[in-house]
Amino acid sequence: MAKILLEMKNITKTFPGVKALDNVNLQVEEGEIHALVGENGAGKSTLMNVLSGIYPYGTYEGDIVYNGQVCKFSNIKDSEKLGIVIIHQELALVPEMTIGENMYLGNERGSKFAIDWNTTYAEADKYLKMVGLQESSKVQVKTIGTGKQQLVEIAKALAKQAKLLILDEPTSSLNEEDSRALLDLMLGFKKQGMTMIIITHKLNEVAYVADKITVIRDGTTIETIDNHGPEPVSEERIIKGMVGREMTNRFPPRQNVKIGDVMMEVDHWTVHHPLYPERKVVDDVSMYVRKGEVVGIYGLMGAGRTELAMSIFGQSYGVNFSGELKIDGKPVKMKKSVTDAIKHKIAYVTEDRKGNGLILSQSIKVNTSLANLSSLASMGVIDQDKEYAVAEEYRDKLKTKTPTVEQLVGNLSGGNQQKVLLAKWMFAEPDIMLLDEPTRGIDVGAKYEIYCIINDLAKAGKSVVMISSELPEVLGMSDRIYIMNEGKMVGEMKAEDATQENIMALILQSGRGA
Amino acid sequence: MTMSERKISVGAFFQKYTMVIALVVVVVFFAIATGGGSLKPGSINNLISQNGYVFVLAAGMLCCILTGGNIDLSVGSVVCFTASIGCVMMDRGANMWLAVLAMLAIGLAIGVFQGFWIAKIRVPAFIATLSGMYAFRGLSNVVLQGYRVDISDEKFLFLFGGGRDCYIPDYIRQWTGAEGKPNLTCLAIGIIAIVIYVLMTIRKIHVQKKLNLHQSILGQVITTAAISAVVFFVTWQMASFRGLPTVLVWIALVLGIYQYITTKTAMGRHLYAVGGNEKATALSGVKTRNVYWFAYASIGLMAGLAGILTAARAKGIDPTYGEGYEMDAIASCFIGGASAYGGTGKVSGMIIGAVLMGVINQGMNMVGVDSNLQRVVKGLVLLAAVIFDVMSKRQKR
Repeated sequence: MAKILLEMKNITKTFPGVKALDNVNLQVEEGEIHALVGENGAGKSTLMNVLSGIYPYGTYEGDIVYNGQVCKFSNIKDSEKLGIVIIHQELALVPEMTIGENMYLGNERGSKFAIDWNTTYAEADKYLKMVGLQESSKVQVKTIGTGKQQLVEIAKALAKQAKLLILDEPTSSLNEEDSRALLDLMLGFKKQGMTMIIITHKLNEVAYVADKITVIRDGTTIETIDNHGPEPVSEERIIKGMVGREMTNRFPPRQNVKIGDVMMEVDHWTVHHPLYPERKVVDDVSMYVRKGEVVGIYGLMGAGRTELAMSIFGQSYGVNFSGELKIDGKPVKMKKSVTDAIKHKIAYVTEDRKGNGLILSQSIKVNTSLANLSSLASMGVIDQDKEYAVAEEYRDKLKTKTPTVEQLVGNLSGGNQQKVLLAKWMFAEPDIMLLDEPTRGIDVGAKYEIYCIINDLAKAGKSVVMISSELPEVLGMSDRIYIMNEGKMVGEMKAEDATQENIMALILQSGRGA
Repeated sequence: MTMSERKISVGAFFQKYTMVIALVVVVVFFAIATGGGSLKPGSINNLISQNGYVFVLAAGMLCCILTGGNIDLSVGSVVCFTASIGCVMMDRGANMWLAVLAMLAIGLAIGVFQGFWIAKIRVPAFIATLSGMYAFRGLSNVVLQGYRVDISDEKFLFLFGGGRDCYIPDYIRQWTGAEGKPNLTCLAIGIIAIVIYVLMTIRKIHVQKKLNLHQSILGQVITTAAISAVVFFVTWQMASFRGLPTVLVWIALVLGIYQYITTKTAMGRHLYAVGGNEKATALSGVKTRNVYWFAYASIGLMAGLAGILTAARAKGIDPTYGEGYEMDAIASCFIGGASAYGGTGKVSGMIIGAVLMGVINQGMNMVGVDSNLQRVVKGLVLLAAVIFDVMSKRQKR
């Protein structure tokens, strides 16, 4: 048996109100490729952030043993010194700088006051060759495609003398061909003795490259599967580990379900990326939602769900739209304007409540009224007593825990912030609510309350579209489920026909077909 | 439990009222240093008349800063430019009201013009207004052809606070025929203002009680009493001097309007919202560009008014007037607790900031501090205020 290079023992990491990791154990042997799989939010990235020192020693419990020594990293530099290098899912390259400059950013050749550009570019070229890139290191990063940028990231990691390379979803923005090339590159590195950890959602990739597979679910390690048996590990086997959890009473029952006519319909909806207009982010999507219906849209991160919702919501995302939007059976020519969308009784409750949803420096009252302030104002003057009453009403209705509605939203817990966000959009009195990850980052109790609110909305005849990357949530809440992958609708199921396994299988099939 | 709660509330008290406390300390310090001279009627009168433009410009500037720490560097030049045009017009015999209207209209037009680039074309505010700062300074010189132009229109000077007799006449004594001092009209206005203020506070407390808001009633009573006392003291001093300076009417009008806009109107709410989180505001259906446009148009109009006040005070204009005015306005807002990142800041804070700067200026002049040192002190006060803002934010997170 080979030497154990890295051992993470009983790692526990808590964020205010949430236990992100609970006694996680991970063993990586020298020279192997170890895959880390799990649903979004299972804790994979958190674990890697602990390993690389982004969460410094002391902010978590447990031990990291690397090369036989207990490590106490206080920042990324410390872990990189030992050869632990992480490549994040989102590319961390400066587009305006050259490949060489990027590779040695923060790690400059020469002295601090006189960068040795000759060495920089010579060494950069050497590492670029190792990853199979023909480009000169003097080329600006923005001029090469994402596939090549990912390779530059790897070259950058190699330049740091990496011994343990961590790749967080390295192929999420790559096409099939580039992905395969990258995986082969990894296998090549393995032959040269490099140890790697790969985090990925694409289970076919796992089966292809990994020696061992560790499954993480809800912040704990479930199992480690050996991929060296006589037969390769089946994807079904991995999926079972990823999703197999108990599902008793996590969702409130729906009562008096009355589903009416089609409220909103999109046909052949296509949206392009705002920065790379040739890329389709939403690709020929057609869907509808009825009155009083909860429709779930499931897909992994980057499947184009948020982009679909935001493009429907007054084209607040994307460029070069095509397709048709019908509301109440009538085609709607919507301008590129959120105001217009609100007028058409659409609300979009963002997944990013702190970034796109709430004004943290303002009170609950101010946030609640913002999307529909005109209903409280005459001639531009706000009726503040009425505003207060409205904020109170929604606090009551949604059971937001706060001493007063004058409380700053920034001081509330995640679950209560989410309720304020919901209150804001309920007050806008929409008929169609697009809820994007309505329970992200909040604890189980608050989730249940949010589910009750969603059910009440449907009962009141609203059309609810619930986007989620939590399968059990989609299964537990929806009347009908759409499955999205890589910008396309790849399936539609009635709730009673849907199971975790057949939804996952659909996604994996479509991923392979692409 | 109660101990720690009290500790928090004491800390919160100091945090909330730091600048008020600083102002009191500074006022007391200079009162002692000048042997009471800084609290004499003449000094208070000067403080208001000299700083009229600061209040007016800072009110407009606050709106810009609220939208996200954006500032308007051009106001000093715009003040000079509008004043130049007005003075030249009056010099050539134009009607005074026509000149006033022209100054306000030109100020507003400049604000709309700069706001267009900032809001619609997304030129960074700093750069758009920096170019305005150069351009309108140059244009002022062109209009004035390099020379000073004087104002002889007595009515203009009286209305906008220039010359010897720019005080509201004592109508009450004229009517009753009684001679002497104090100025009864001035006193009456002061007392009416205090009564209105007290009534408003009572109504506010009443509403809070009805809505079950847990606000400290004692705190509000103390605040109201303190402000009323200050207002009464200032009115009394002015009444025993020459009465209410007319410029105070304009200051009060501007501050009142801006207080109303920022606290009661939808546009005011949008100013705070854009500064607090522009993306979230845009996704709530607010047309954020119009909010920026409003802020810059409004400060343009205020620059026009400040131009009128400056010209009246100096009884004319010369091409260097207004230099550094933008900095006084910006400093007042930041000292008054406006966040350099936008989203927070109040008119009341800005007033305290402006008064604090004015008191320090005047106090140092009376004590005879070297004018270069005065700038050093002003700079340090601004730095201290902003450090405080940044630190108190960090504590929270």
